[in-house]
Amino acid sequence: MTFDYAPAPESRAVVDIAPSYGLFVDGEFVPAHDGKVFKTVSPSSEEVLSEVAQASAEDVDRAVKAARKAFEKWSALPGAERAKYLFRIARLVQERSRELAVLESLDNGKPIRESRDADLPLVAAHFFYYAGWADKLDHAGYGHNPRPLGVAGQVIPWNFPLLMLAWKIAPALATGNTVVLKPAETTPLSALFFADICRQAGLPKGVVNILTGDGSTGAALVAHPGVDKVAFTGSTEVGKAIARTVAGSDKKVTLELGGKAANIVFDDAPLDQAVEGIVNGIFFNQGQVCCAGSRLLVQESVAEELLDALKRRMRTLRVGDPLDKNTDIGAINSAEQLARITALAEAGEAEGAERWSPSCELPSAGYWFAPTLFTGVTQAHRIAREEIFGPVLSVLTFRTPAEAVEKANNTPYGLSAGIWTEKGSRMLWMANKLRAGVIWSNTFNKFDPASPFGGYQESGFGREGGRHGLEAYLAPSSPEGAR
Amino acid sequence: MTWRYARRYAPLVTMPITVPAYGKEAAGRLASMADVTADDGALRRFLHGLPGVDAVGLEARAATLGTRSIKTTAKAYAIDLALSMIDLTTLEGADTPGKVRALCAKGIHPDPTDRGCPQVAAICVYPDMVATAKEALGGSGIHVASVATAFPAGRAALPVKLADTRDAVAAGADEIDMVIDRGAFLSGRYMDVFEEIKAVREACARPDGSAAHLKVIFETGELQTYDNVRRVSWLAMLAGADFIKTSTGKVAVNATPPVTLLMLEAVRDFHATTGVQVGVKPAGGIRTTKDALKYLVMVNETLGEPWLTADWFRFGASSLLNDLLMQRQKLSTGRYSGPDYVTVD
Repeated sequence: MTFDYAPAPESRAVVDIAPSYGLFVDGEFVPAHDGKVFKTVSPSSEEVLSEVAQASAEDVDRAVKAARKAFEKWSALPGAERAKYLFRIARLVQERSRELAVLESLDNGKPIRESRDADLPLVAAHFFYYAGWADKLDHAGYGHNPRPLGVAGQVIPWNFPLLMLAWKIAPALATGNTVVLKPAETTPLSALFFADICRQAGLPKGVVNILTGDGSTGAALVAHPGVDKVAFTGSTEVGKAIARTVAGSDKKVTLELGGKAANIVFDDAPLDQAVEGIVNGIFFNQGQVCCAGSRLLVQESVAEELLDALKRRMRTLRVGDPLDKNTDIGAINSAEQLARITALAEAGEAEGAERWSPSCELPSAGYWFAPTLFTGVTQAHRIAREEIFGPVLSVLTFRTPAEAVEKANNTPYGLSAGIWTEKGSRMLWMANKLRAGVIWSNTFNKFDPASPFGGYQESGFGREGGRHGLEAYLAPSSPEGAR
Repeated sequence: MTWRYARRYAPLVTMPITVPAYGKEAAGRLASMADVTADDGALRRFLHGLPGVDAVGLEARAATLGTRSIKTTAKAYAIDLALSMIDLTTLEGADTPGKVRALCAKGIHPDPTDRGCPQVAAICVYPDMVATAKEALGGSGIHVASVATAFPAGRAALPVKLADTRDAVAAGADEIDMVIDRGAFLSGRYMDVFEEIKAVREACARPDGSAAHLKVIFETGELQTYDNVRRVSWLAMLAGADFIKTSTGKVAVNATPPVTLLMLEAVRDFHATTGVQVGVKPAGGIRTTKDALKYLVMVNETLGEPWLTADWFRFGASSLLNDLLMQRQKLSTGRYSGPDYVTVD
């Protein structure tokens, strides 16, 4: 007899999804101006979860006006008062974390182990962290009495729906801005549940507005003249379009875009932990992470040993039902994303890289992609240059630290990087040479609200998180009475 | 590094077919590694050349494995498996023949209300109680394990330790749980530790040519660092340990999931290099079914099927047994009983 883990599904009963949702504008749920709706499905089963409103330009206008109206009082509140609301939201997120984790896994396809142990704790931590800043802005390094910008238009991706919402909303509210946020088309539900949390917390009407919709809604929001600040997390392609839209306006912009991070393993690395870090770097959230360690750079002298260990470890990954507590890898978020991953993996094979996956049975319904390893990859391969945004790891080798730096930096992106070595001096030398906004050493995909996050080059600009994250929502300091 | 060694020794080992550490073939496999144990310098270079351990990463991995959810049929299987892996232990100054006989009776029939309940793997006692335990266990098949070598401190002269071991074997011990000289290890005298383990292993031999199985206790709570744990694991396996064991249960920090995971990884790497299968025994501080299941998950996902038997994995425990029994009863009846429905030792 073998030790087979029996199914251990988290209960769906803890979350009550309504058959339809409206837009959250000025503290109320309202239907879209033109009555349009769209469906959101569970990517692990293709089951329709709910129907949500498709916001049009009129709805954007209505929401921005509500946020503008709310801004006057909200920004005038003492920081300590704004903090109370944020602390309240953080506690409500904690209290409802099981419900929200199940919801997130249903709508996004990510394993419950991650939504429960990573996403939700980080969401709460982010609100707690920025709640603490709200009454200390004078001491944040942006001059005396820094002022909020006004209305923030925020567009977030589908990979960490609620966490990205927290990254956007928490600093915006702490600094006295009001927001209009558009969640991704495929994952609108947790933002709508968050709207309910805002009501529960007694947040004044219009401070947070949630508009569901597709790319056209996001484009309308970004282009709206009443928006003072645009914050976007998503693809580099859309990020560029946003930059073009706001060019010439006085809107302040932060963009957090794609990446093609190098995870660099030296021959003196703690190998068992490096293997865990590689797995966590590329298979966390099915690899649908902008800072995923999608390029493994391994020192040639240890490559064979490391790859053997990595393959052995990959054989133990459990792919399947996101709600099962023992699932390591869940579903790909959408058919569209699956097609993109599939196409790039095929390109890798066509270009001559060697493809390997552990044998694993994928469910018949839903969108699935087996964890995949490409060896024999060079800088010239598409799978070494383009962001795949899926559970696909490209393995390259290097001989010397200088070569590792050269290869790691040879990318249009620059969001994150990983260094694995037991030698502290080399670790610090590498960190200074690498052009990436976040560098992890002997770990990967570690997040903390106190740590700034953001990229270089085509990975975007601006920082989220930490004291640095406040800057994106504050006007330059001015002498007392100048405004 | 381990795989590099696997490759370097490939012509000697040629496709390492698994052999048990206590079997005759194991000696030949160890001989193939003789150059790393040839002298103090070689041994030191080898042990210090093993990959380092990142503490944060190791602890995170152990914690993640600890979140596996073992339910229904998997739980029933794991509880019975854990029961059958227990070295039911009494190591007190106050031990008497009566106490040891009671423990043996419990080991044979852990649950008096259910004769289908699996028996434990071994009864673990001090050397002077071996004969009593042996007699009480009769033909049950349960092994008698005896601590030896001036347990738990190990602070005695080598002849005393060897005499201690021989006594226990002569009294009928099937397994010897020796302690290493932590002082020698911490002061860098690796060869002393190595030679001592080899000597104790020889003292485990019986006149008929068979030998008691040797478990080597590291007292990881005293070795402190994970790097030390990886090094001592290799050292003991190279010296011929049949089992490597975390702790005596007599110091403040005993078995922990990260330390055990690290030892499982060392056993995995040693097996990949030499083909020799070595067992692992966490001991001390494992008191609940929940904890035991976490250890079994670690075994399952690090070493897999071949180690999921009492031949290759043991729990050194005493109070764990009753918690397993209560959980077992709960699975079959649907209700929790209570401490009065399991027996006191």
